[in-house]
Amino acid sequence: MDLLKMLEPGLPVTIRDMSPPGHVRTPKYLRGKSGVIERALGPYENPEQRAYCLPASKKQLYRVRFTMEELWGGNAENPHDTLDAEIYEHWIEV
Amino acid sequence: MPHDHHDHDHLSPSGHPYRQDNDEALTYWQTMEIAIRELLIEKGEVTSTEINAQIDAMDARTPTNGAKVVARAWDEPDFKAALLEDGAKATKEMGFDIGPMNLVAVENTDDVHNVIVCTLCSCYPRNLLGLPPDWYKTREYRSRTVKEPRKVLAEFGVNLPENVACRVHDSTADMRYIVLPARPAGTDGWSQEQLAELVTRDAMIGTGLPLPAS
Repeated sequence: MDLLKMLEPGLPVTIRDMSPPGHVRTPKYLRGKSGVIERALGPYENPEQRAYCLPASKKQLYRVRFTMEELWGGNAENPHDTLDAEIYEHWIEV
Repeated sequence: MPHDHHDHDHLSPSGHPYRQDNDEALTYWQTMEIAIRELLIEKGEVTSTEINAQIDAMDARTPTNGAKVVARAWDEPDFKAALLEDGAKATKEMGFDIGPMNLVAVENTDDVHNVIVCTLCSCYPRNLLGLPPDWYKTREYRSRTVKEPRKVLAEFGVNLPENVACRVHDSTADMRYIVLPARPAGTDGWSQEQLAELVTRDAMIGTGLPLPAS
């Protein structure tokens, strides 16, 4: 897959809610959640292929920032606190 | 053997319970590790000396590396800017090579407190902080820090005021993180060596604060 166009910081995004088998590095608690791009980190080899010693394609990696309210709803400890996580481009919907 | 009479409940002369000998059978993965290691040595790929040298090198990395980085950032504004811009590059120039990974330094200020966690496993900036503490790898720390970070921090003795934003960083992929704590008051004119003495491991994970100047 070709690298997507680089996403700019501040852009609203949603994490794909999918559950593929095997090694993935998108935690379950972030799937289907919306945040904003915090920064672009550059291309890295796809760990979903690398974990099985397969030839790995490069994927853009981003830090995505979520509010605790988005992640935990009414159970959030402090709704305005934030969580940043690294998400590969193929998990991101613009 | 001195403890073969099954008195495991008794205390040793030091006052601690006797620790059970690890006589259990090897697990599947332990057996596999030994088999692969011995094969690599037999085939001349590595020597046992090289393996032990690598273990020594890993054990030699301690939070004093990270403390030097933090102290320099407190003392040199240009270095601090370089560290926040590209953590891997700035620390590599100090001799701390993070390899193919990248380093993101996150800065604590009057308004923001950062804390690091790896929910998926135990990613940790080992070149700067050494091996992670056992609690960092527990399910409890990993699951609670992303959900109730303020409560977790309070248990570490860090009570965040309402007006300080808490930023959690889940180390899910190729980045490693270090918290750049705020410089303690009363340290004007201190040397970097003096400043580094105040920088604790937990201050660089975000579960602690630097020691006070007094």
